[in-house]
Amino acid sequence: MLIFELSRPGRGNFHQAPAKGAGLDDIPQNLMRKSPPRLPEVSEMDAVRHYTRLSQKNFSIDTHFYPLGSCTMKYNPRACNSLAMLPQFLARHPLAPEETGQGFLACLYELQEILKDVTGMAGVSMAPMAGAHGEFAGVAMIRAYHESRGDTARSEIIVPDAAHGTNPATATMCGYKAVEIPTTKEGNVDLAALRAAVGPRTAGLMLTNPSTLGVFEEAIQEVQKIVHDAGGLLYYDGANLNAILGRVKPGDMGFDVIHMNLHKTFSTPHGGGGPGAGPVGVNERLLPFLPLPVVARDKGACRLLVEQDRPQSIGRLSAFLGNPGVLLRAYVYARMLGAEGMRRVADFATLNANYLMAELKKAGFEVAFPMRRASHEFIVTLKAVKEETGVSAMDFAKRLLDYGFHAPTTYFPLLVPECLLIEPTETESKETLDAFVAAMKNILEEARGNPELVKGAPHTTPVRRLDEVKAARELDLAWKQAP
Amino acid sequence: MPFIPHTEDDIRAMLEAIGVARIIGVARIDDLFDEIPANLKGGALSRIPPALSEAEIARLMLERAEQDGRYLNFIGAGAYEHHVPAAVWQIVSRGEFYSAYTPYQAEASQGTLQLLYEYQSMMTSLTGLEVSNASLYDGASALAEAVLMAVRAHKTSRRVLVPATVHPAYRRVVKSIVRNQGIEIVELPYCTERGHTLPESLAVHLGQDIAALVIPQPNFFGVLEPVDELTRWAHANQALALALVNPVTLALLSAPGEWGGEGADVAVGDGQPLGIPLSSGGPYFGFMCCKKELVRQMPGRIVGRTVDRDGKPGFTLTLQAREQHIRRSKATSNICTNQGLMVTAATIHMAILGPEGLKRVAEKSHANTMDLLQRLTGISGVKRCFTGPVMHEAVVTLPAPAADVLRALRAQGILGGADLGPHFPELGHAVLVCATETKTEQDLARYAEHLARIAAKRQEAPPCARKTPIKP
Repeated sequence: MLIFELSRPGRGNFHQAPAKGAGLDDIPQNLMRKSPPRLPEVSEMDAVRHYTRLSQKNFSIDTHFYPLGSCTMKYNPRACNSLAMLPQFLARHPLAPEETGQGFLACLYELQEILKDVTGMAGVSMAPMAGAHGEFAGVAMIRAYHESRGDTARSEIIVPDAAHGTNPATATMCGYKAVEIPTTKEGNVDLAALRAAVGPRTAGLMLTNPSTLGVFEEAIQEVQKIVHDAGGLLYYDGANLNAILGRVKPGDMGFDVIHMNLHKTFSTPHGGGGPGAGPVGVNERLLPFLPLPVVARDKGACRLLVEQDRPQSIGRLSAFLGNPGVLLRAYVYARMLGAEGMRRVADFATLNANYLMAELKKAGFEVAFPMRRASHEFIVTLKAVKEETGVSAMDFAKRLLDYGFHAPTTYFPLLVPECLLIEPTETESKETLDAFVAAMKNILEEARGNPELVKGAPHTTPVRRLDEVKAARELDLAWKQAP
Repeated sequence: MPFIPHTEDDIRAMLEAIGVARIIGVARIDDLFDEIPANLKGGALSRIPPALSEAEIARLMLERAEQDGRYLNFIGAGAYEHHVPAAVWQIVSRGEFYSAYTPYQAEASQGTLQLLYEYQSMMTSLTGLEVSNASLYDGASALAEAVLMAVRAHKTSRRVLVPATVHPAYRRVVKSIVRNQGIEIVELPYCTERGHTLPESLAVHLGQDIAALVIPQPNFFGVLEPVDELTRWAHANQALALALVNPVTLALLSAPGEWGGEGADVAVGDGQPLGIPLSSGGPYFGFMCCKKELVRQMPGRIVGRTVDRDGKPGFTLTLQAREQHIRRSKATSNICTNQGLMVTAATIHMAILGPEGLKRVAEKSHANTMDLLQRLTGISGVKRCFTGPVMHEAVVTLPAPAADVLRALRAQGILGGADLGPHFPELGHAVLVCATETKTEQDLARYAEHLARIAAKRQEAPPCARKTPIKP
């Protein structure tokens, strides 16, 4: 049932709106709306019930284990939400003067300093509103850096074939050509291919480390040298920062610019698809190009740096301050962890992933890189299972829903066939991981004994598998009143 | 250990299962990092303070919030203080919405997906266009995406006309986002008397190859633009008309899909006025609607209704072939997730307010601003800056430097408006003021009384004179 189908003409919640009767005589008639918008007319209780019921049709971290690889679906502490939503924080207007926001700005400044320390970068801007937005800022800074030196022949960004799709898409948005390089069978960057790809056209390399294959790039120092020797810069995609938080700093690996996904590593909520926050960090040579605003503290008072302070900045990415409400949540989280807690994030994320990988191996599953240590995530490939039973990775993913587990990431990275990318995160207990292994084992048995059961999954969710072809061919993107 | 459930027994058993113990002798988590070169490990975290308990961080945050206090706010300028029903954020904060991810697994995400479909339906109705995406980051970045979309759709031109009456921060964001793709942004002047873009001023661009014209309604000054003429001009010149609108004012003002006969091609804006708290600037969300023929050029997630294998209706992400995870470097944008939780709030907000509630909010906000204008312009030396009709906010000029007057108002607990000096120095001591439906008559009177007193003082003794030290 859609909210529109609950609607009855004349029903409404007029205690939520001011009284009727304000005049609009000063507005020219031709600029006025001709017919009212078709918004639902329902009681407050109708709306509360409808949306509460909708919420119950979702899987979420609060209700289910959610081992979605590369997404770091860890527990979102409730305190982060309630303390970021204190009434004074919510009521503050973005253009209110800085004197009226010193408490708020102090949180932002301290978060910025924490992010600098934990990543080993010289400067951080928290302007970007998502990971992809941070990537845009990072590559735009690489471009601004080369241009500031008159080095305008650099037209290519190198990305490994295992990279997230956002990396090549970002290169395009910044006016660069994306050049993909292959991965070795051990899951590392192919150094020979990298050497062949770099040159005077290389603006930079975008790298996720640990990679989306769930392994640490062992030759990172060599990669760094090859790119820098060619005059390119090194971009760190922070999608997997959770794996090394407090253990290894991207700055120490030689990266010039990084973005962080606070909605992953710093546990701000994913919210059904945002809002996130994608702060960028840079080393000394990129400092002048950071996007605005940046928070500065001078004699105890915080202020936002503007164009006059940073004339070479790549500019602004949002109307105001990015997503400060998300930053407050990340700040509360970071303060609750402290330095020691941050180190434990990487430790236990890695422990959980390696334990889960070992147990799944014992249960008869094939992992994509058995010779490697898992980082905070790892890949199971179901290629042999599919050949044997006809049951695919997608079928496994859907059947897991019936067992009350959200599916891992499927069919990514693209280079491993029939893959499940599994990231348990540090906040899950051994019992949960054991239950997941038991479910995977059962599904494997089902695949062999009753493959149709798995191919027909899910059976217990509010809907079964959806016709995506129909969705794309016969576009129905908005409700229309029946004539 | 905050948020880590492992007991000592768990750790031992897990390391044993992994096989670390057998190789090393004593099992240590450290050994799981053995593929990382030793010289990269263990950088000190010297600037990260020690952990706080929940009680300690709660106290610190409360102190900081109280330090910031609360003001009587008359600033709009792209972010508007409206009442939000309590039910909205209580539902939004349910873990099933709050802690879910992008609905890739449709069967496990029907709640989010149906809500997004309802959101798209509400936005298409408000804007009078056929298609809506599931949101973008904010209004400014949505405008930048609309510019990129128009250039993709137009094929021959990379020139876009942007009036100076577009929010200055939005114009800056557009520049930073499109600058590396060889797109030319041409600024259009405004009529200094009426405060809107003059269709006549477009004459110099006649016959040029133009991808799009941006049309803000109301514009940054609160002034209403001649949207029908501007839309017709764009279409007569084979350019797309990109509407930039405030969703609450759309309860009263003509929908972009109706502008100038054929309607604007794309409508974008910031969704903040639909149930999102001011929060120092975010998170908000950007919305984008367009005509059906442009849907394949649209960035961002889109939800469609379909059926499952039993023929039961259901919802799924659709047209994903436009997106980065499929098309990589050829995608319409690098955007992936958006501002889902904010859209959740906006959808519930619109459902509770309904068409009549939203209309009353818009009407009362307008009436309050007009009432405030009348009170303020009754003060000696305070004038309305423009003669064009306004909606929700307006520019007044003051008899003394705006920054100075605003500071004095602040001392009385009042945020008197946005100082236009930094972006529009040609307007003199100009302030953009806004009084939404949240303001009472007493609030308006209080603002006017204080301004009258401050203005009188400044007129007698300008601040520069007062600063002269008095010699004994």
